[in-house]
Amino acid sequence: MTIRLGGIIAGLAITAVLVLWSLVPGFMNFAFGPAPEQQPSYAFYEHGGGPEGGFSFDGPLGTWDVAQLQRGYQVYKEVCSACHSLKFVAFRNLRQLSYTEAEVDAEAKSWTVPGIDPNTGENTTRPGNPTDHFPMPYPNAIAAAAANNNAIPPDLSLITKARHDGSNYVYDLLTGYGEPDAAKAAKVGFETPAGLHFNKHFPNVNIAMAPPLAIDGQVTYADGTEATIPQMATDVAAFLTWTAEPSLVERKQTGWFVLGFLLFATALAFLSYKQIWAGMKPKKK
Amino acid sequence: MAEMSGATTPAGASEMTEGADGIRRRDWIHIAALSTAGVGGASLLFPLVSQMSPSADVLAQGSTEVDVSAIEAGQAIKTMFRKQPLFVRRLTAEEIDEANAVDISTLRDPQTLAERTKEGHGDMLITMGVCTHLGCVPLGAGEGENRGEYGGYFCPCHGSHYDTAARIRKGPAPLNLVVPEYEFTSDTVVRVG
Amino acid sequence: MSFAWAKQYEPQSAFTKWLDEKLPLPRLVYNAVGAGYPVPRNLNYMWNFGVLAGFFLMVQIVTGVVLAMHYAANSEVAFGTVEHIMRNVNYGWMLRYAHANGASFFFIVIYLHIFRGFFYSSYKAPREMIWLLGVVIFLLMMATAFMGYVLPWGQMSFWGAQVITGLFSAIPMVGEPLQVWLLGGFAPDNAALNRFFSLHFLLPFVIAGVVILHIWALHIPGSSNPTGVEVKQESDTVPFHPYYTAKDGFGLGVVLILFTALVFFLPNALGHPDNYIEANPLSTPAHIVPEWYFWPFYAILRAFTGDLAIPFTSIVLIPAKLLGVIAMFGSILMWFFLPWLDKSPVRSGHYRPLFRKFFWFGLIPTMAVLFYCGGAPAEEPFVILSQIATAYYFLHFLVILPIVSQIEVPKPLPFSITEAVTGKDKPAE
Repeated sequence: MTIRLGGIIAGLAITAVLVLWSLVPGFMNFAFGPAPEQQPSYAFYEHGGGPEGGFSFDGPLGTWDVAQLQRGYQVYKEVCSACHSLKFVAFRNLRQLSYTEAEVDAEAKSWTVPGIDPNTGENTTRPGNPTDHFPMPYPNAIAAAAANNNAIPPDLSLITKARHDGSNYVYDLLTGYGEPDAAKAAKVGFETPAGLHFNKHFPNVNIAMAPPLAIDGQVTYADGTEATIPQMATDVAAFLTWTAEPSLVERKQTGWFVLGFLLFATALAFLSYKQIWAGMKPKKK
Repeated sequence: MAEMSGATTPAGASEMTEGADGIRRRDWIHIAALSTAGVGGASLLFPLVSQMSPSADVLAQGSTEVDVSAIEAGQAIKTMFRKQPLFVRRLTAEEIDEANAVDISTLRDPQTLAERTKEGHGDMLITMGVCTHLGCVPLGAGEGENRGEYGGYFCPCHGSHYDTAARIRKGPAPLNLVVPEYEFTSDTVVRVG
Repeated sequence: MSFAWAKQYEPQSAFTKWLDEKLPLPRLVYNAVGAGYPVPRNLNYMWNFGVLAGFFLMVQIVTGVVLAMHYAANSEVAFGTVEHIMRNVNYGWMLRYAHANGASFFFIVIYLHIFRGFFYSSYKAPREMIWLLGVVIFLLMMATAFMGYVLPWGQMSFWGAQVITGLFSAIPMVGEPLQVWLLGGFAPDNAALNRFFSLHFLLPFVIAGVVILHIWALHIPGSSNPTGVEVKQESDTVPFHPYYTAKDGFGLGVVLILFTALVFFLPNALGHPDNYIEANPLSTPAHIVPEWYFWPFYAILRAFTGDLAIPFTSIVLIPAKLLGVIAMFGSILMWFFLPWLDKSPVRSGHYRPLFRKFFWFGLIPTMAVLFYCGGAPAEEPFVILSQIATAYYFLHFLVILPIVSQIEVPKPLPFSITEAVTGKDKPAE
């Protein structure tokens, strides 16, 4: 009895507090004011939809397009790697992109990684080995910020998992540069601050990164594919999806196998269950 | 299964009188369901066991490059190969003679010095620094360390003596110190692994 | 205790006879989940979730122990070791995704298990102790899950640790020192990460212990059932094995299909992308949200937006932060009083017309709103919505349930479970 009475009193008290809050302005000292006014820049954001036709690895049956991953690697190497690291990926992982062992060796050698002079013990550099990870373009975060107008270029190893709908996001971002609608911008007094760049697919529209893919043909693909900006953006987005989740295709394929097995086992379990209960069925009706 | 089909309540007992055919069919489905579940459970063990084997980065810990030019005859250096000690030793002429003088048929693990070195570099003895008995690091690579009765390496843990070709001569170790795979990439640089 | 007609374990071989004398473990299993446990014959699928919860506890313990073989609880390397598991360890990606989504599934089945309890009043006498232990398990689960989410040391891990330990700073006088003590520093760092890992490893075994007590307590009155009428006679029950082992096996298959679909095809759907960004003490994510299973309680926390003050003065009685914390903890702790708040003699919601209306049209939509608002940003209209829902949530348990149980006229109950199932039963001799 006491518990019920106490409960009723406590419940009514909590409700009274909440109701008074909502109904009587000034009764409570509101901690949140009205919702903050949206910055004008939000009006210029457009949601992108990724490359036309999507990616080869989309959907439960998707697989890698290895030629595309190789092209994407080339874009990363020739364009992105100047500022962005790929620290969780090792050169040996490139074997998964159908490079031979010798090609991976040569590829690793073409990168310069930090080393130690065996005679003096001083920091030096050496050509990479397959076991090395992709090198950091800057020695530390301060150097990265100093070289990039105070914006630290993020590591790209996990970028497609670290953004919502990441593969499409990377594509959209790389193809979203341009100028805001002039009439609209004049109306709301919107201006991209100095040192930033307008990008309609970046959440707050002004991004510190200068357009990395500026002209068609910026990269000369070994396989002869025409290097348009959307093509390069798609390729590098695919490559970065691979770096974020090298096991993606293996995962989906294992999944089908496991699902198939479970469907079979569950069907058997259902039959067994029905069989056992057959004699217990109500004799109603 | 006997327990399963036997454990019916009185209400389900009428089922039992259905005849031999019905019971057999009923058992079949339980056996199939249980064994499928068993297969599923057992296959779960595979990733759980496999995760303890060396991971991809460990397996890929490929090669180590060693510059041997600074090693004088009679000296040895210790370096690391796949997280284990590696002995690189330049033999003196006497040591080579001493090793070649042994009748290999008397050895526990018969090998000639030539089999344990590379052609043209017969004075470079490159072995793992891991005693083949129980995995201690033998002495003898460092300056002034005990080289054992045969002038090679001596394992202090259980007293294995290795000769100048790092072959087991006395003590409990069953095999010679292991020679890893390596090659000379130039006259002075060795790539191990 | 067991019913008089429960089958007795009879060892078949010389070995089992010997074992039964020395350590009657097979007898224990036989009586707990074997043919020796008579269970109401009318349980519906809502009664599957207890066994499923036990299954997911085992999944979490097995995958967790295995992941701990590769993980390092050090703020310098923790994020990297998780990536090492994902990239280098054999089947590491599978084990980690199973562990991450296993937590979600554990909560899904636990929520269904709890709401089964709400609807069928499983908390009522003689089963109060089962309910109380269940609430303890739920609280331990929440603590374990929270600490587990900190371990990958991503952005959400870090800021989650900051915000949740910040809750304790709301306590007057001792709050600030308490938060510093919890974290072992002034912000989450190595000390916090290490103790969270230690406790995250320990608590699941504590949960397993309380689960054993929970099942022990269950076996004293026996399982409840959808009619809420207690077992009267042998025809009301069936042995747990093979009847419910088979049914649970089928239920497990169905849930595993859903679980694998998530693990293998949408492994990150229930996670937050920000947790793939390494922890950065200099930058807070735009929206800090906890894992989805905390959303209702997070919404209650955020519903209290203002200080409780004396009207038209600036004298603050209880600051908003403390109010929210009290309400959030209170929203679960009050479940401990539930067996005594709802005094209706009828258990099952099927025979309680008024209670049923409040359940389906009050509690369930309220929980849905709280779920949604907890994951939404702290803006209008979500703030006002969560305030209304929070008010109803407390009203439901503290005011509506006691009053409804007083005034409601329940529908006539069946004489027995057998009657409910077969439509006829003669009164017991």
